[in-house]
Amino acid sequence: MFEALLRLSEGLIPALIAAVLAVGLIRRLPIYETFIDGAREGLVTTVDIVPHLIGMLVAVHMLQASGLLLALIQAGAPFFSAVGVPPEVVPLAFLRPLSGAASSAVMLKLFADHGPDSWLGRLASIMQGSTDTTLYILAVYFGAAGIRRFRYALWVGLIADLTGLAAALWVHRLFFGPAP
Amino acid sequence: MVHRIWGGMIVASVLFALLTGRVGPVSAAVFDGAKQAVQVALLLLAFMTFWLGILKIAEAAGLLWGLARLLSPLLRLLFPDVPKGHPAEGFILSNLSANFFGLGNAATPMGIKAMKELAKLNPRPGTASRPMITLLALNTASITLVPSTVIGYRAAYGSARPAEIIVPALIASTVGTVVALLVDRLFQRRAGDGPDGEG
Repeated sequence: MFEALLRLSEGLIPALIAAVLAVGLIRRLPIYETFIDGAREGLVTTVDIVPHLIGMLVAVHMLQASGLLLALIQAGAPFFSAVGVPPEVVPLAFLRPLSGAASSAVMLKLFADHGPDSWLGRLASIMQGSTDTTLYILAVYFGAAGIRRFRYALWVGLIADLTGLAAALWVHRLFFGPAP
Repeated sequence: MVHRIWGGMIVASVLFALLTGRVGPVSAAVFDGAKQAVQVALLLLAFMTFWLGILKIAEAAGLLWGLARLLSPLLRLLFPDVPKGHPAEGFILSNLSANFFGLGNAATPMGIKAMKELAKLNPRPGTASRPMITLLALNTASITLVPSTVIGYRAAYGSARPAEIIVPALIASTVGTVVALLVDRLFQRRAGDGPDGEG
């Protein structure tokens, strides 16, 4: 059933595109010109976003390369162990809001070492799949809208990540039991 | 706030690198980070141009308006500050639906378009408005029926049942989203602001 759902999700994109174009044709819209107009806006908006992406990603890379992020993760590890987070996924939890690529890499390392269907592999999958990269979303969405004062947005985003990760740990235990 | 966080990340990294003798890697990281940002931007450019083109047709054909009318109660609940019938409504819903069905490539352009429409309603340009932060919260904690990227990786690494994480991930992301919305409301109250915000 889940595989069917996945196939449905794959088929959704072409179906969606075809449906939108079909309705446009039925309504006799100049769909090609409309497409080009919208696409041009996408081009301009992306150009607006690039400086934000560069600023944020350079900072994240420096944080990683300096070893400071690793030191923070190691400093936080005893606390995380105390509340029941397996040490193997602590880096994933730390990296998830900062960099989708980096947290993916942690997940893939766990897949390679333990297998995707192992206890840890499933936990990493659920953690990765139920949260998103707050910093990236913040940079891209607010960059496009020209927002410079974030107010409480960062806190809401980080709390959302933290809750999502905590919920992932809880649901994982519910479905797949305690650590073997 | 963003100034302090961004500056803090970079200055602290450099200081830590000086103390631990990792200046070389940090120097390399500057260009690696910038290079990766450009790669991400290139990918984003592909999705943005294509999907905003399709979205423009959907808007002109009245499809987004129809979607907004269909799910109007949800919009009133989540975005009470957005006037009924405003174009932002259709884009917000297209973003949330694309997220839900795991169409990550399409969801980002739709969310960005929604954010730009919300910016038109913003009485204080440059400062995040309440509906903008709500939209951001929904995206960072997005409820996903099909976490397609993770499932793809699981399959690539030889999982026997790559999709078995769908239900647990859906539950976890739902909990995350509900809490994010509650926290968002709490912050709104604490900021004690009207529709345009004072915080």
